[in-house]
Amino acid sequence: MSDQIAVKSASQATGIDLVRAAQIALDYAAKCGVDQSEVSLHHGTGVSVTARQQDLETVEKHNDAQIVVSVYRDHKTGSASSADLSEAGIQAAVDAAVSIARFTGSDPCLGLADADRMAKNGIDLDLYHPWKLDVAEMADIALACEAAALNADAAISNSEGATVNSYSGQAVYANSHGFLSDTAGSQHSISCSVIGQRGDAMQRDYWYDSNRNPTLLQAAEEIGLNAAKRTVSRLGARQIGSRQAPVMFDPMTAKSLFSHLIGALKGGAIYKKASFMLDRVEQQILPEFISVTEYPHERGASGSAYHDGEGVATPAQRVLVDQGVLQGYVLGSYTARKLGLASTANAGGVRNLKISNTGQSFEQLLRELGTGLLVTELIGSGINMVTGDYSRGAAGFWVENGEIQYPVEEITIAGNLLDMYQKIVAAGSDYDRRGNTESGSIVIESMTIAGS
Amino acid sequence: MKQDHFGIAQATLLEPTGLSASDLDAVMHKLTGVGGCDFADMYFQYAKQESWSLDEGVVKTGSFTIDQGVGLRSVCGEKTAFAYSEDLHVPAILAAADVVQAIGRQGGGAQAPRQWQTRSPSALYPQQDPIAGLGDAEKVAILEAADKAARSHDSRVVEVMASLAGVYEVVLIVTSDGRQVPDVRPLIRLNVSVIVEQNGKRERGSMGGGGRFGFDYFDQQTIEHYAHEAVRQALVSLEAIDSPAGTMPVVLGPGWPGILLHEAVGHGLEGDFNRKGTSAFSGRIGQRVASELCTVVDDGTIAERRGSLSVDDEGNETQNTVLIEKGILKGYMQDEHNARLMGMSVTGNGRRESFAHLPMPRMTNTYMHNGESDPEEIIRSVKKGLYAVNFGGGQVDITSGKFVFSSSEAYLIEDGKITAPVKGATLIGNGPEAMQTISMVGNDMSLDSGVGVCGKDGQSVPVGVGQPTLKMDALTVGGVQL
Repeated sequence: MSDQIAVKSASQATGIDLVRAAQIALDYAAKCGVDQSEVSLHHGTGVSVTARQQDLETVEKHNDAQIVVSVYRDHKTGSASSADLSEAGIQAAVDAAVSIARFTGSDPCLGLADADRMAKNGIDLDLYHPWKLDVAEMADIALACEAAALNADAAISNSEGATVNSYSGQAVYANSHGFLSDTAGSQHSISCSVIGQRGDAMQRDYWYDSNRNPTLLQAAEEIGLNAAKRTVSRLGARQIGSRQAPVMFDPMTAKSLFSHLIGALKGGAIYKKASFMLDRVEQQILPEFISVTEYPHERGASGSAYHDGEGVATPAQRVLVDQGVLQGYVLGSYTARKLGLASTANAGGVRNLKISNTGQSFEQLLRELGTGLLVTELIGSGINMVTGDYSRGAAGFWVENGEIQYPVEEITIAGNLLDMYQKIVAAGSDYDRRGNTESGSIVIESMTIAGS
Repeated sequence: MKQDHFGIAQATLLEPTGLSASDLDAVMHKLTGVGGCDFADMYFQYAKQESWSLDEGVVKTGSFTIDQGVGLRSVCGEKTAFAYSEDLHVPAILAAADVVQAIGRQGGGAQAPRQWQTRSPSALYPQQDPIAGLGDAEKVAILEAADKAARSHDSRVVEVMASLAGVYEVVLIVTSDGRQVPDVRPLIRLNVSVIVEQNGKRERGSMGGGGRFGFDYFDQQTIEHYAHEAVRQALVSLEAIDSPAGTMPVVLGPGWPGILLHEAVGHGLEGDFNRKGTSAFSGRIGQRVASELCTVVDDGTIAERRGSLSVDDEGNETQNTVLIEKGILKGYMQDEHNARLMGMSVTGNGRRESFAHLPMPRMTNTYMHNGESDPEEIIRSVKKGLYAVNFGGGQVDITSGKFVFSSSEAYLIEDGKITAPVKGATLIGNGPEAMQTISMVGNDMSLDSGVGVCGKDGQSVPVGVGQPTLKMDALTVGGVQL
């Protein structure tokens, strides 16, 4: 069942024979008398180069390999991981997993995903684009990125540097149903963080881009300029008084609202009754104009995969929230069985989530916000996933009549996520396409702002 | 025969692949390079981890991990080159050293040492392997006991999630100034979380603890304490009303609320940020940064604490470092690299997540010394404010100094009395400013129970915090109730 296209590119990526290692693990587990077993392996290499104050600062070379084995016997499971991919190392990991499975408790829902759900055909999703640069070339990119930031504005006074990161690797997943996949992947990024000063007050901000394909990365100079622009825009930030006001989340912060939603829809939180989204399937949880859809087969995207973490075939798309109505939970095989449902091919999470939009640009959304708060940064972790209560530190801008007035900091925004989702009044088309979730800006009718 | 630390490190890290003193010489020679660098080190690490977790009354999963490898670092001026190898055979380590050496360097004066000196630190914790020290059936029994203790404590408990984790680490730090320093580090943790339900309303509560010792620490009494405390917190939350929003006096309870110090001052006093001038505390040594009631230390030398280390990850003994004394900023937390560049002394705060990560200045156990006030008197002094005793996570922007931390158990104070519990309020402030508003400090200093994890630049390390009850005259409370 393995995918020939991916296998070919994978063997080019690394020298270690992960497929053979997977086979050793499964064969040995069978010999140990387990009912089922599964194994994930990865090997990757990477380089990270940081320049700071226009000089090379840090060069890090990464080279990681790991095997994770899980075994099932009498509906009991154990798992073990190791960086030692020698035959002896793999067998030791299997032995450890088997030993643990002697002591864990029995649960009939435990086991591999059902055999008939395994992905039948591999799909080349264009995930592997190595970046053939040496350290000096990476340093040049980092230097150019930081230079653009340092020279962008006289208020830029210091720097945390610019970093260029490149990673390529291979991942193999196999299980005792006879399923095996072998995929090569890459991920590259350029980031920059600078500090601005006015009087005694300092502010810091950053910008980055990240992509599987290095030729699609934003230009280093543009990233530096963006970092500087964001930093300078925060200078002179002040606290505002406590009030109720409309709040607009920029695309970067809006994504977090949907990651809380996904967290609450995960099967583990649902069957443990530890989620504010419990029993909400087929209910209106978002306004009618918002749909949330997963696109696991999108070519070249960061979250793409033709199977989930258990070998279950992923769909080309899955509508999770249709015109505001929740269609189902986010399930792997175990949590699906706990809930008497079918796996949604989400072992390992959701893949390439897209939030629909109501068509407005960032500027149009500011006008819709009218007078209120534009949030560009959230800090802290004040979310209660059982109740949906939400209270986080925020920074951003005060907006009046659709025009940005001044930067704001040292405030919190609070509400309850169930209520916040219902109070979304607009979703912008100003998508931030980096990462696994694509969202535009989101405007919420009203939240409590705490400040001076 | 009981082995000393160095014997254990040698047997665990060097002997299996036959690494000899001359092999270490050869690697160090490469790291210090032809032109010489300021310093170089090798960090050999073996880490064994095991964890078990329970829900629905069943220990459903257990996992076991062994990691080992060596991190190689060479530092020249402000430049650092770093590579690592998971393979501890000589050719693999030399190949990693070649990578480090290939990175251009200038200046410096370190050379490979002519003679190695082994230094075993005085141990702050037992050199035992907690994972091997208790049978798997007994580990499972700890979790089952936690489940039982929580469920039998109150019928409103509908779910219990408990996890048990043990780590056994052996490290050997080899430095270009000729030191070979071993350490053997046990670390264990038990966490209990519960979901309670009443009239269709659900809430959560959690409690845990641990430290650097064996699993026998979790006796029946300790297990019950964690379980009952988790249930108590969840039941308090069931009754909680909306938190007020706005700026008001805030009283923080003793122990874990010391996360305030970790976020509001701790990170901002780490040497790297101050060398680079990116911290709100940069250049402020000798200045007042807190009220005169505040003396804050970072102390890595407390026996058996989660945040303690006999030596840091650069082979330097940990210290009790005074950060703020009576409100005046006294010093930073330093690792080798930043101390050298700033012309300061190391403070034993060089830490790393693993051999595959670079060390940097990190906290150990950060706490505030006792003051003189009776905690009850502190509560009585507040007309209208918030009393917060338990917290989830926190975060700080070290450049602007803005910190937040989110309470998981808090109450209103009205007319000097603790009244209604309020739902998780987030507190936000500016480190140096907020610390100046501390107007009362209690005499009830305590340390947390041993669950802290600190993240910085993607690296997690175990830490501790502590403080006495204290009052801040004005802090912004992020609730929903205006």
